[in-house]
Amino acid sequence: MNAITPREAALSVRGLRKAFAGVAVYDGFSLDVKRGDILAIFGPNGCGKSTLINMAAGLLPVDGGEILYDGRIVDEVRIGYVFQNYREALFPWRRAAENIRYPLRRMGLKRAEIERRLESLAADFRVRFDLNAYPYSLSGGQQQLVSIMRALAVEPEVLFLDEPFSALDYETTLSLRTLLQQVLKARKTTTILVSHDLEESIVLADRILMLTRRPTLVADDIAVDLAWPREAATLSAPDFIAIKARCLDVFTRAVAGA
Amino acid sequence: MRALLVPAGGAAGFIALWWLAVLLRLADPVLLPSPLETFNDTAKSFTQGPLLHDLWRTVTRTVLSFLVACAIGVPLGLLLGARESIYRAVEFVVDFFRSTPASALFPLFLILFGVGEGTKIAVAAFGAALVILFNAAYGVMNARRTRLLAARVMGASPLRVVFDVMLWEAMPQILVGMRSGVSLALVIVVVAEMFIGSTDGLGQRVIVAQSLFESGLMYGVIFVAGALGYLLNLTFLLLEKRFIHWAGK
Repeated sequence: MNAITPREAALSVRGLRKAFAGVAVYDGFSLDVKRGDILAIFGPNGCGKSTLINMAAGLLPVDGGEILYDGRIVDEVRIGYVFQNYREALFPWRRAAENIRYPLRRMGLKRAEIERRLESLAADFRVRFDLNAYPYSLSGGQQQLVSIMRALAVEPEVLFLDEPFSALDYETTLSLRTLLQQVLKARKTTTILVSHDLEESIVLADRILMLTRRPTLVADDIAVDLAWPREAATLSAPDFIAIKARCLDVFTRAVAGA
Repeated sequence: MRALLVPAGGAAGFIALWWLAVLLRLADPVLLPSPLETFNDTAKSFTQGPLLHDLWRTVTRTVLSFLVACAIGVPLGLLLGARESIYRAVEFVVDFFRSTPASALFPLFLILFGVGEGTKIAVAAFGAALVILFNAAYGVMNARRTRLLAARVMGASPLRVVFDVMLWEAMPQILVGMRSGVSLALVIVVVAEMFIGSTDGLGQRVIVAQSLFESGLMYGVIFVAGALGYLLNLTFLLLEKRFIHWAGK
């Protein structure tokens, strides 16, 4: 992995410390994420993948160290966050479009700008369902797509995805994954993806961070130099298989190492 | 159609049994008048007597105490629910007074508010407010954590989170509280009308009818009070269904 200069980093983590009930999950953890990159975080259960992005998103306090966005703390930047459970993340009392407008209203944008962003997102994701429907009348994939649109609407400096496809069926996952990589790459959105699906992590990421059991360290930092866009054929390409083999090897050792 | 016919059949059966009991002279006719006599006495009291005015008075007292209860119970419940540690501290007191029969508080409220309209409304509002408060607080405490976090991540201020998420999350439970609250308010108002220096209201009418042996009217007022309670409950059930369209989905 080439070194990331401070100017290229959208997110820098330095000397992060976090413990739960006296058990250290992070004890001096550091990370830089390059602007425009999609970083996938992969590791054994309980290694604190979600804990890391929750601390970065300001949803969980840190015990020590710092997490900076180009020198600023999380309260000073726009971030997007897509939760695993879309059913509990969307506001069911608001229509899908109103859910997407919500963060834009909080930003105090003008109505015309809000509508422009909504339309551009709907076009980018080729939305064919009715955005005026209430979330509960949409399918699971459509609901998670609305969550993703809501997170992207603010044009976030960093987008966090917490196992966004784990509650969806494989067919829906494949199509949503394809759409998502196109949009993220077109918008050059810096993204951190937490996933427990290795294939998904490799397909979506520019870089995979393999974590160890706690106290969590970086077991390996792997660049994914596969061409964009990545399609169904990518999954059987030799490069893909080589990366997957390397990741599996690291993962097995990381899990066994505990 | 069937949904209406079956309950109507049940009600008709009830009246038929009543009539049968009258025809078989199972009770003294003074104590058990026929359904027809009951209907006639009640209709007469509605058109020529004070019953319409009584009904109106009971409805206004109930609605007024319900509104006072909402104005106190909803904001206080939201506040306490949002700060769970405070709620835990006052939970026992809320539960205790929620379980205390409101009628036992009449003497206390008579001292506080005197013999008049204020006492009836205050004691009914007190009882209903605790039920509404309790439900609102639990609604907020059971709010989905993910939704609160989602709102925070989207830049909602703490006050915004209360109004944009907590209030809505608690809404189904608040409406349940309102439904129980309005029923309780009616119960307390009717009892208060019987015993706290009243000259009107359904409670007053039923006890006057009883003491004057106007048993037809007495039964009629009981049914009017029953219909009022039923309609209030039904109104809130329909409100819940229509307004809380997302519940359970």
